[in-house]
Amino acid sequence: MIARALRNTCILTKVRIRLAMRNKTFLFFSLVMPLAFLFFFALVFGRGQAGWISYILGSVLTLTVMGSFWGLSVQLVTFREQGILRRFRIAPVGAGSMLASSILSNYLMLLPTVAIELLVCRWAFHLRAWGNLWAIFWLATIGSATFSAFGLIVASVTNTMQETQVINQLIWTAFLFLSGASVPLAIFPHWIQGAALFMPATYLATGMQAAASGIASSSELVSDFVALAIGLLVAFEISRQLFRWEPEEKVPGRAKLWVLAAMIPFLAFGIYENATGTRLEQVRRNFIQLSNRDVPAQRATTR
Amino acid sequence: MGEPIIQVEGLYKNYGAVAALRGVSFAVEEGEVFGLLGPNGAGKTTTVEILEGMRTADKGLARVGGLDPLKSGTEFKEKIGAVLQSTSLPDKLRVKEAIELFAQFYQRHADTDELLHRFQLDEKRDAFYSQLSGGQKQRLALAMALVNDPQVVFLDEPTAGLDPQVRREIYAIIEELKREKKTVLLTTHYIEEAERLCDRVAIVDYGRVIATGTPRELKQRSAGMTRIEVRLARPVAVESLARLDGVADCREFDHTYVMHSTHAPQSIVALVKYLEAQNNELQSLEMFSPSLEDVFIELTGRRLRE
Repeated sequence: MIARALRNTCILTKVRIRLAMRNKTFLFFSLVMPLAFLFFFALVFGRGQAGWISYILGSVLTLTVMGSFWGLSVQLVTFREQGILRRFRIAPVGAGSMLASSILSNYLMLLPTVAIELLVCRWAFHLRAWGNLWAIFWLATIGSATFSAFGLIVASVTNTMQETQVINQLIWTAFLFLSGASVPLAIFPHWIQGAALFMPATYLATGMQAAASGIASSSELVSDFVALAIGLLVAFEISRQLFRWEPEEKVPGRAKLWVLAAMIPFLAFGIYENATGTRLEQVRRNFIQLSNRDVPAQRATTR
Repeated sequence: MGEPIIQVEGLYKNYGAVAALRGVSFAVEEGEVFGLLGPNGAGKTTTVEILEGMRTADKGLARVGGLDPLKSGTEFKEKIGAVLQSTSLPDKLRVKEAIELFAQFYQRHADTDELLHRFQLDEKRDAFYSQLSGGQKQRLALAMALVNDPQVVFLDEPTAGLDPQVRREIYAIIEELKREKKTVLLTTHYIEEAERLCDRVAIVDYGRVIATGTPRELKQRSAGMTRIEVRLARPVAVESLARLDGVADCREFDHTYVMHSTHAPQSIVALVKYLEAQNNELQSLEMFSPSLEDVFIELTGRRLRE
């Protein structure tokens, strides 16, 4: 049973990758857009401040990984609305394989983008050091799976593509602006910083920025890994339970609350981190440390 | 005769306030091509989808090869193949890839090249799904339904929306399945399809099976009758046509008067005289031998395509 599910997951993963490679929209959003973000941030905010490139890299890697959330939900809803999923339902393929293959294929296609971003930063923007590559790898791995699973939950609780886009937009905006992925968390008022600790994106962003900057060891990032991994397990199981093959099989309004249920682990983490204050302290400390790194470089430039 | 391979007893299914099935029962023997014939909304697709394990019945029994479609999982899916009424594949999936993909899901599977050849898809093997015509997509759907060499094949309206030429191609494929002694459950609202392809037919209307038998047995109900369809310049009372010589019954469907006559020549003469007397005109007249359409009209008072 498990062997068959794994085999089907591999079969579907291969096909999904093949289909994605033939999809220009996918290539644009998964490769061109993250690189465009990288060039934009690096040229606008990182100019003449080589130390900040590592921080920008962390942010762009976070955006790249979080993008899994958007892509997978749209793909699943499209497949359901077009009646593609119901064709698979007739075959001996389970919901678990369908979902796992979308997460796995997305992850495998994400890795080259992550590698290209690292190389571009190193060679084009003079990244001083590689940072903590192992931590980047594991954060990209767990983060991609976690945000993919969130996307699958959204796809499961929405009935139409329009509804999916609206919910995606709302969640994405919060992830993008309040997690520290685009605007450094350390410069926000303290109450926003506290609120950000309830969002999964914050754990990915702060972890990725610290890893890319090389100012945190893998052991210091354990809590980020754990938060994302627990989020993944909960989100995957919820998406599996809510999975629908049929386009006309509508979910009742209250099912949308499952999106909130998937956030329960982060509610717990948020309460814990707000109570201890260690994560925010570390975020502020890292930010100051990075700001100081560039002081000599800035002075040298001024002279 | 052994245990039927498909067994349906007292199936009920409601969609909210709408009763889709109201006690559907029938049985299909192994190697038989069995048709569910009825108008749109009669409950054919709901019945088939319950048998495919895609829907749950509110009440009743459904068995395929002795298995409960809902509870038997993989073992059940290995035994069946299906052409669904509304389904699709990813646009950028090639024809050959689609067959290979689905073949990999099954323990027993047919050779891809052989299927491509059999369903005349050789030339389209590298074409994307989005580049196929309606007929080619349907041939691909049939090829995929047979990819696991299934014991039972469900064909839900396999020729709906296709032009007559393509429809005949699909008929030829189903006739081949019939020669191979595959068990086929076919739903259709085309009389010609049911008469030509099915060993036995169940006529379904408003979620009930209203008659079952071979096409010949069913047509016996209207034996000796000729269906006369006329269109007139001005409307007349249906009762007055029903009283003409030899006319057994008359109904009006969308400005066409449909009469069943035991003596067609006398009925036509009587009709012409009646129209002259009424200063009315005959716009068209067609005569048909008894068909399943007449059985349906007799049983329901409606035409199949209504």
